[in-house]
Amino acid sequence: MIPELGHFALIVALLIAVVQAALPLAGAARDNIAWMSVARPAAQAQFLFAAFAFACLAWSFVNNDFSVLNVASNSNSTLPWYYRLAATWGSHEGSLLLWVLMLTGWMCAVSLASRHLPLDMVARILGVMALISIGFLLFMLLTSNPFERLLPPAPDGRDLNPLLQDPGMVIHPPMLYMGYVGFSVAFAFAIAALLGGRLDSTWARWSRPWTTLAWMFLTIGIALGSWWAYYELGWGGWWFWDPVENASFMPWLTGTALMHSLSVTEKRGGFKAWTVLLAIVSFSLSLLGTSLVRSGVLTSVHAFATVPARGVFILGFLVVVVGASLALFAWRAPRVGLGGQFDAVSRESALLANNVLLIVAAASVLLGTLYPLFLDALGLGKISVGPPYFEAVFLPLMAPAVFLMGIGPLAKWKQERLPALAVRLKWAFAIALVTALLLPLTLGEWTPMIAFGLLLALWIVASGIVNLHERASQLSKAGVGPPLRALRRLPRGYYGMLLAHFGVAVFIVGVTLVRGYETEKDVRMLPGGSVEVGGYTFRLDGFESVTGPNYDGTRGLFTVLRGERVVRTMHPEKRLYHVQQMPMTEAAIDTGFTRDLYVSLGEPVDGGAWVVRVYHKPFVDWIWGGAFLMAMGGLLAVTDRRYRLARRAQAAGESGLRAGQAA
Amino acid sequence: MKPRHKRFAMIAAGLAALVIALGLVLNAFRSNLVFFFTPSQVAAEEAPLGRSFRIGGLVETGSVQRQADGVSVQFRVTDTARAIPVVYTGILPDLFREGKGVVAQGKLGPDGVFRAEQVLAKHDENYMPPEAADAVERAHKAMQESQKTLAQ
Repeated sequence: MIPELGHFALIVALLIAVVQAALPLAGAARDNIAWMSVARPAAQAQFLFAAFAFACLAWSFVNNDFSVLNVASNSNSTLPWYYRLAATWGSHEGSLLLWVLMLTGWMCAVSLASRHLPLDMVARILGVMALISIGFLLFMLLTSNPFERLLPPAPDGRDLNPLLQDPGMVIHPPMLYMGYVGFSVAFAFAIAALLGGRLDSTWARWSRPWTTLAWMFLTIGIALGSWWAYYELGWGGWWFWDPVENASFMPWLTGTALMHSLSVTEKRGGFKAWTVLLAIVSFSLSLLGTSLVRSGVLTSVHAFATVPARGVFILGFLVVVVGASLALFAWRAPRVGLGGQFDAVSRESALLANNVLLIVAAASVLLGTLYPLFLDALGLGKISVGPPYFEAVFLPLMAPAVFLMGIGPLAKWKQERLPALAVRLKWAFAIALVTALLLPLTLGEWTPMIAFGLLLALWIVASGIVNLHERASQLSKAGVGPPLRALRRLPRGYYGMLLAHFGVAVFIVGVTLVRGYETEKDVRMLPGGSVEVGGYTFRLDGFESVTGPNYDGTRGLFTVLRGERVVRTMHPEKRLYHVQQMPMTEAAIDTGFTRDLYVSLGEPVDGGAWVVRVYHKPFVDWIWGGAFLMAMGGLLAVTDRRYRLARRAQAAGESGLRAGQAA
Repeated sequence: MKPRHKRFAMIAAGLAALVIALGLVLNAFRSNLVFFFTPSQVAAEEAPLGRSFRIGGLVETGSVQRQADGVSVQFRVTDTARAIPVVYTGILPDLFREGKGVVAQGKLGPDGVFRAEQVLAKHDENYMPPEAADAVERAHKAMQESQKTLAQ
């Protein structure tokens, strides 16, 4: 009964979406207020029905209803309840439902937080989002119904892939999807602006917090995925340039470019057409990412042929969305007009360069991800593009972008003199350079790459401090009071920018030092034996067997010593999950501020010995810490006063207007 | 310089930078492509010496041997027609099994032994790496063809 209710709720949501797309868009074109006013309640109702459908599926999972095909294929009665809940979005169908839930959730948020927007704008935004929602709901109902019944019901389920039975996997997909789907808001804003012909700095100010919020979720989602790969796959790597990872990284790159381009549109009214194009591209890449991962093309191009309806639908939907929005762009963009003029040296030009670098980076990831698929699909042979390609491309592209990160925020809008800029930044550069040259000597071996990586990171920090100092003393000269008080008057958006850039610096330190100084050993160990890695001694004391709720395994008992002192004990496991008979490596990790210790069990070999993998990874947690700081910077920027002020002013204006009309 | 000239210079500089960037990308792309060969192709000496490539197929049953250090492994990858000896040092993936699909990336030595730097076996009970499945399929087709020609 419950699954049928969920199925029915999805159908109702689809009908609402059709109404929400048709009436408000037509109303906005004809200036019909009644039709436009349908948008908000429709969006909220659609969210309620999607949430109800999602709750139905979650209920079926938690209560082990194995008469639902999706539950029988992806869950099991021995699975702990929280993984049964997470299994709701562990499958193709379930993750699509999560996608729709997120989309309607963003819609609902727009409908609630848009009182300050003109009605035709809201109608168009929600109408466009409803069009996207129609596509996904149709896809789900026609080709991937999550509520499909299994008759007769299975006695028990086939279990969730053990790799996904992990706390990281419980929150990674929702975060990632929040980001992916969040770009649909930026996309809808852009399309609404093209339709309505209103594309100015006010529009940019409305659109900016939504974009930043989506970017924030995407950043956290990607970082969580990377962290999960690090501790769960048992390889100790944190990024593999795997197509699935690339699929989420491409919208992140263009989304980052979009955020920066939006700042020019808001402050200077420039880059308008470019901003709109970036919004379209970011959302298209989100769709591409979803379809790459969800159509099964990545595991095999031929998966496309095994469920042809799905592949064709996704491809068709992608073509329609991208094609229609680009056509609209080509038609309407020439009317948008150019923004203010700017010089070759100015903040605009620095941001433009940043944008170009990010886009080239995204394009090179796209090439490396799609080219092998194309060749394979055309039957021209199988190739793969590995990490060396991406690394060879990324360093030369990102190094200048990071260098500009120090200069851009200090440059004046419109026109800046290079010599003046050099004078302001010379100490920052000198200090960063000297520190970067000397620091590696205290850490270990000196190599050019380590010094260069540290230089980039220190440059961001030093130029950030110069920036903060200049802004504070300017304000205090303007009469706010002493510089320390002036610091409190600086806007949150500004601190958000500094914090996010600082996060990049932290991230770079992590990547540089872990690449430069990590040590790894694969050794054969007998109980009682020990191995030394990175100044720590790992002693294997023995093994014990473990029994989990749905697995058995062996646990290694290690003691880590530094000299004679015991640092801690570590217990890596090798598990065998009952239902899928799948072995899993559960690494033991000791997380520290300046280093991680990592032990994982390989396999038993003759004579009671095991092959064991032992890592010492300096500063590896700074990688995810940096990403987290970037995300927090985004959050800080979203809460900036000016967005709230604009909202209040607009609301006051509107109610004043209404009062005037009433009178 | 007049504004018009200035703008022209800026556009030219931007385009030049873009062309250089694309050149770098394409060059890196070309030199880092990893091609795939089946064991039959390697046996027929179609694979390059000294350049990284991938082979795929099944781990031949009974071929896995650990060496004295416990960390180095020797096995043979077969597409059911031909088999290639592979050596690898390190921990094998959890789903590495005799008779199951495997993909290895590495270089072919002059002695005909494939020195793997990476061994992949995906994390799913029913999953066969696409390259491995492809290799076996091709070998089957080749065998059927040759049987046909023999019959004729």
